[in-house]
Order: sequence, then C-alpha cells, then structure tokens
Amino acid sequence: MIGLTHYIVVAAILFVMGVLGIFLNRKNIIVILMAIELILLAVNLNLVAFSAALHDLVGQVFAMFVLTVAAGEAAIGLAILVIYFRGRGTIAVDDVNRMKG
Amino acid sequence: MDYLASVRMALPEDILSLGALVLMLVAAWGGQRSTRAVSWCSVAVLLGAGIALFATPQGAAFDGLLLVDAFATFAKVLIYVAAAIAIVMAPNFFQRTSGDDLRPEYPVLILLSAVGMGIMVSAGDLLSLYVGLELQSLAAYVLASFMRRDTRSAEAGLKYFVLGALASGLLLYGISLVYGFSGTTLFSAIASSYGSGHSLGLMFGLVFVFAGLAFKMSAVPFHMWTPDVYEGAPTPVTAFFASAPKVAALGLAVRVAVDAMGPAVDQWRQVVIFAALASIILGAVAAIGQRNIKRLLAYSSINNIGFALIGLAAGTQEGVASVLMYLTIYLAMTLGSFLVVLQMRDADGQPVETIDSLSGMSTTRPGLAWALATFMFSLAGIPPLFGFYAKFAVFHAAVAAGLFPLAVFGIAASVIGAYYYLRIVKTMFFDEAAPAFPKNEGVVEGGLIAITALFVSPLGYLLIPLIGGWSMVAAKALF
Repeated sequence: MIGLTHYIVVAAILFVMGVLGIFLNRKNIIVILMAIELILLAVNLNLVAFSAALHDLVGQVFAMFVLTVAAGEAAIGLAILVIYFRGRGTIAVDDVNRMKG
Repeated sequence: MDYLASVRMALPEDILSLGALVLMLVAAWGGQRSTRAVSWCSVAVLLGAGIALFATPQGAAFDGLLLVDAFATFAKVLIYVAAAIAIVMAPNFFQRTSGDDLRPEYPVLILLSAVGMGIMVSAGDLLSLYVGLELQSLAAYVLASFMRRDTRSAEAGLKYFVLGALASGLLLYGISLVYGFSGTTLFSAIASSYGSGHSLGLMFGLVFVFAGLAFKMSAVPFHMWTPDVYEGAPTPVTAFFASAPKVAALGLAVRVAVDAMGPAVDQWRQVVIFAALASIILGAVAAIGQRNIKRLLAYSSINNIGFALIGLAAGTQEGVASVLMYLTIYLAMTLGSFLVVLQMRDADGQPVETIDSLSGMSTTRPGLAWALATFMFSLAGIPPLFGFYAKFAVFHAAVAAGLFPLAVFGIAASVIGAYYYLRIVKTMFFDEAAPAFPKNEGVVEGGLIAITALFVSPLGYLLIPLIGGWSMVAAKALF
C-alpha cells in the first residue's frame, strides 16, 4: 500500500535533485530551467498528495495555480535566455561572468 | 460577503490592473513614440490607485484571500510612491543611453509589478501570497533585462531569473509543507495550528517560507544575486528594485510572521535575528571594497534590510511600527541616492558608475554633492539626519522586547557601515576634481532630489507625529 509518506519522500527527493541540479550543473542554462521545473513538480506532487490525504480541494487548486505560473515563468526565462544568447553567443553557465560575484 | 463587495474592496488593484492592460494596448498601438505619454498616464493610474486606497472599506475580501487593513494601506502608499518615482526617472535615462531602449513597456511592467506587490502586502492566504509574489517577480525579471542590447543587463536578468525561480521553489516547498501539516492555506487558520503544538513538518515549512522571503528582500544568506543584478540592471530599474519590492517583501514577511506564524514567534525569531545580524555585518564589510556605486548601494540595501529585520525580530506591535517607519525613511534615502547616481554621466550622456568619478563633486556640482552627502550621512545613521531616527526606532523596539544583545551588536555593526558612506563624502569633498557631470537633468529629477533630501534632513523630524502615529495604527491592524 502506497501511503502519504511515500509521496512526501519522492517529492523531497525530486526537490533536492532540482536544487542540486541548479548548483552542481556547470554546462548550460537550459539544464537550470529544467531543474527549476523539477522543483515545481516536486511541490505539485506534495500539494496533490496532501490534498488527497486531507480530503481538501485547496491543494489541488493550488497545484493548478503553480502549473499556470510555472508556464509563465518558463516563457519569461526562455525569452531572457534568447536575448542573452543574442548578446553573448553562448549559454554556458561558466560564461555568465561579465560581473564579478 | 458577495463578490461585488470584494471587488470593491480590491479597488486599488482593480484600477492598477485595468490601467496596465489599457496602457499595454496603447503601447502596442503607439509604439516607441508613446513612451512619455504612457509613462505619465501610468503615474496618473498610480495616483488614482493611491486615492482609491483611502476610499475602500476595510476588511477581508474574497473569503479572506485579500486583507484590506491599515497595514496594507501604509505599505501600498510606500509602494505606489516608489513605483511612480521609478517611472518618472526612466524616460530621460533610456533616451540618453540609447534611444532604442525608450519603450512604453517599462511603465506598464512597473504597474503590473505594483499590482503584485499590493497583493503581497494584502495577502491573507498562501495562495494570494504566491500569486502576488510571482506577479511582482515575473515583471521584475523582464525589467532587469530591459536594455536588450546591453550584455550586462541581459546577464542581470538571467541571474535574477534563475535565483528568483529557485527562491520561489523554496517558498513553494515551504508552503506545501505548511499546507500539508496544518490542513489549510488561510493565515488565521495556520496560526491556530501553529498554536496547538509544533510538528516537525510545520517547522520545516516555516524555515523554507522564510528562506524564500529572505531571498526576495535580499537578506543574508540569500543575498548573492543583489550586487550583480543591481549593477547590471538599468539604473532606474535598480532604483525600483532597491525600493518598492523591498517594502513589499518585508511587509509580506511581517504579515506571515505575525498573522500566520504568530504563535511560533520563538522559532522564527531565531531565523530573523540571524538574518538581521548577518545582513548588517555582510552588508557593511563587503561594501568597503566596492568601486562601483551601484554595487555599493546594493550592499547598502542588504545592510539596511538587516536593520529593518531587527524591528521584526522584536515581534511586538512597536516592532512592526518601527519596521514601517524604517522602510519609509529608507525609501527616501535610497531613491534620493539613485536619483543622484542617475545624474552621473559623461559628456556623451553615457552613464558613469565608478565612485572615483565623484571626486571633487563639491566644487563642480555643489548642489548634487550636498544632496548625496545628506543621503550618505543619513544612511549611516548620523544623528541630526532622519536616518538616525529610523535606526533609533528599530533599536528602541528591540530593547523594549528585551533583545539587548541584538541591539548592542546592531549598533556596533552600524559603525562599520558608516565607514564606506563617509568614504563617498570624503571623495566628493576632499579629492582632486574629476571631470564634471554635464548639467542637463530635468526639472522633475532635480525637484525629486530636493524633496527627498529635505525629507531626510532634520526637517523630517517634523513628520514624526504623522508617520509614527500612522505606523502605529498600521501595526495595530496585525495584532
């Protein structure tokens, strides 16, 4: 029997993978965008699992909002990436260093 | 409560959203020619929303999703004023740098961001918190990369986007845990489940939510994006980032801390105290080596957020009032400083950002030099100026709440901060004169510099009964 705990553990693993994906990734920025999506999916899994366990619809409504906002966020992220690529001709993470820090 | 009454209570947000949509159409139709007209119309829309703030009935709208109270009104006044100033200072800057960037989308994005910030400070539910925060952030990502041909601006937008999205993810993960372990997203109901025993899940949720909020207000340890984004973004956008979103993020943090997690005050107080002290110290120490004035002001904003968080750490009504007081004065000092930075340019009209270029400004541009000196002394918290009262208010609240070590450390660390503010004054008044900046600022910009300088001058103390009284009323709405 798969219970709430299993869902929470899977979501936690996905979340950690997403965060590590942002920090450990040294290749290109598209991978970072994918890692961000992974984090949001982990959150959605959490919300839906809790929603089912609590017999409360709010969590599922929240998941819908997260999906919608994630779509907008991805669109803006890719748009910024395009203007960045036009200016620099690369999307490698190590090249994002015009300013120190 | 019926739906129409809720819509009426959200009148300022209605005006701003409709205004932004209409102006977006005008912008699409009119193109670049319409930029100045759209800018002034946006300021008028903000003014209209500001008037609507005082014409709407108070209470909870949309079944508690949106709380319209004195606290929200106070924060929204600050946000709208900062947004209006950010719009007003932009057209001349964009025209000078490269006429191509003078676009009517800029004021529209600021309006949308203002809607998001209004929802943030009025949030009464995790859902409205998230939607408001994202509306503000999504507009801000685009604003940071607004100068499309400038690689620094694009890089600033990219960094802000990646780290901002990560922060939203942390915040959301916290929200999902809080929802799961309390069974609700309504702040008032969350507070009662924090009151009835502390489960591990709720504590994890609290930490993640505060981490996400700390990022949005750029408090240490989530500050790393601030210097890069502030340096790369166009100066009017940087001025906007340093003002309105800080008020919104801190207002939201106060609301979450007091409204939703009030019973867990001993838990979040530790987080807030750490963030406050770390921000003050890092903001002060890291600013010392900076050569770029925008980077320096970025560290200065981190430093100032630390002081404002001391008021929140007190966790009392007086503490919240002192946070609002601090933010009001901080807004004037920061916007004034950035208005001066906006006047720094070479003979071709291109922006200059090094601190060295300020050398000897007291002889070449005495008015500007005195104004910047006022802002710097005020940011350092030197007594006759208004910035001193802001720090005094937060430390007073901390001492009243029994947090003596925090207050002592804070005061000691503010001395470190004074060093780099005074270094700018020294550069302006005692160094060999560098080439003078051309004199062609608009009447509006000059007037705004004069007003903000007067506000932070000792004359500002005359306003204490007004602002102090109002901030107490605003803080009372939360307790």
